[in-house]
Amino acid sequence: MNEQAPTHVTETAMPMCARAPDGAEAPRDDVAAGLCARAPVGMLCELTHRCPLQCPYCSNPLDLERANAELTTAEWQDLMRQAARLGVLQIHLSGGEPTARKDLEDIVQVASEVGLYTNLITAGVTLTRDRLKKLADLGLDHVQLSIQDIDPENADRIASYKGGMAKKVEVAKWVREFGLPLTVNCPIHRQNIKSVPRMLDFAVEMGAGRIEIAHVQYYAWALLNRAALMPTREDFMEAARYVEDAKERLKGIIVIDAVVPDYYAKFPKPCMGGWGRGIVNITPSGRVLPCHAAESIKGLEFDNIKDKSLAEIWLNGDAFQKYRGTEWMKEPCRSCPRKEIDYGGCRCQAFALTGDAANTDPACSLSSLHAQWAQVAEVESHTTPPEFVYRRVGGAAKAKAPAEVEG
Amino acid sequence: MSETRKPTRTIIDGESRPALPRHIKLRHDAGRDRWIILAPERVFNPDDTAVSVLKLCDGQRSVNDIAKILSEEYQAPIQEITNDITAMLQDLSDKGVVKA
Repeated sequence: MNEQAPTHVTETAMPMCARAPDGAEAPRDDVAAGLCARAPVGMLCELTHRCPLQCPYCSNPLDLERANAELTTAEWQDLMRQAARLGVLQIHLSGGEPTARKDLEDIVQVASEVGLYTNLITAGVTLTRDRLKKLADLGLDHVQLSIQDIDPENADRIASYKGGMAKKVEVAKWVREFGLPLTVNCPIHRQNIKSVPRMLDFAVEMGAGRIEIAHVQYYAWALLNRAALMPTREDFMEAARYVEDAKERLKGIIVIDAVVPDYYAKFPKPCMGGWGRGIVNITPSGRVLPCHAAESIKGLEFDNIKDKSLAEIWLNGDAFQKYRGTEWMKEPCRSCPRKEIDYGGCRCQAFALTGDAANTDPACSLSSLHAQWAQVAEVESHTTPPEFVYRRVGGAAKAKAPAEVEG
Repeated sequence: MSETRKPTRTIIDGESRPALPRHIKLRHDAGRDRWIILAPERVFNPDDTAVSVLKLCDGQRSVNDIAKILSEEYQAPIQEITNDITAMLQDLSDKGVVKA
């Protein structure tokens, strides 16, 4: 035992896309490396793309998968067993709205039996008290409840769903009543960024142990709606300062995790903690992805859990091998001292904005496209926001995606 | 909406009786041959010292009791151990991994 305040417990945040400090040195502490070397630590399961909400920043792909393509109960249960054997530690049951699956209980039961740490990521609006009680009894470990805003009317407008907020308050109370830990997840954008202080108050009042102030990440629906969502740099900075102060003020009361928007950062985030390194994502139909947005990269082939084992796909799947590690990198990533800190940023963003997923993410100040790209946020955030393109089947078809940055 | 008292930060001292909340899971990961703590959206990686301490956190023993046990086990000065584990448990309490 040392005298100089030793760190006996180090921590790895999930899903590990926390941005390293600007002055960070590579390579990082080997904790994440040690955990990830063998198997994914976390598995994000999009149980369904069905959802009663239509949030315009949804992380699901623009081409939503249909209900009749979804994996069966037995297939999800088998996947849980495979995941535990492979070494996955945590599963995130997400969607769409995961409670739209009537067999959620059957999936949670098996996940819990095989020792996976189970996290339910829900909008809460269709959850009943009985159902949540049953899930808690079956071994559910944690509930992450999203809110669209504190102001109920604005929340309804953002989600295109009436009366959501009152229901969420109810759900939050049930979560605590059943002794489950609660995270409040707040996607932040220009149309609710002024509510950040009240969101923190709300989370504390609800007895949440954790809150995510998650600035929207601009992929898929959010990219389509970027001009309606991008906050100004001034509003972002004000919210960020408030959150930093709150972290200190609320220490020991609530854990605050903040996800910063790329457009206002100097270095990119190490998306998914590195491609094919710690996280695996399963789509409703069983496609196995290195990241939930990976299907946006044209030319990548994805395996399906119905055809191959999770271990085989994780270890040898083409899509996983393609950008795993650092060998695929071009300059300026290749010789960058941060290459094992941020892994050249996000492949999906590099593809969406430059047309080549192996390019440096334009979020990086070393990208030749960075200045031009950052200017987009400056311009869009000061322009009158357009109407939302709501997330619904076929909704994206008539909307035009933002153009690539001209290099 | 508020029916309960305003929540306050728990301060760990020698009389605190720490325990892991139900949703925090300390377990040995056989595949990776290491101890881990599973928590909401987190995986914590305790070293041997932390594992020894956390295994003794049963909500019954006080920090002073735990320090005494470890001081005998490790043949180390009790004050040093008390300071060390108090700081560690405070940090874990702030992160929601330990309640007291």
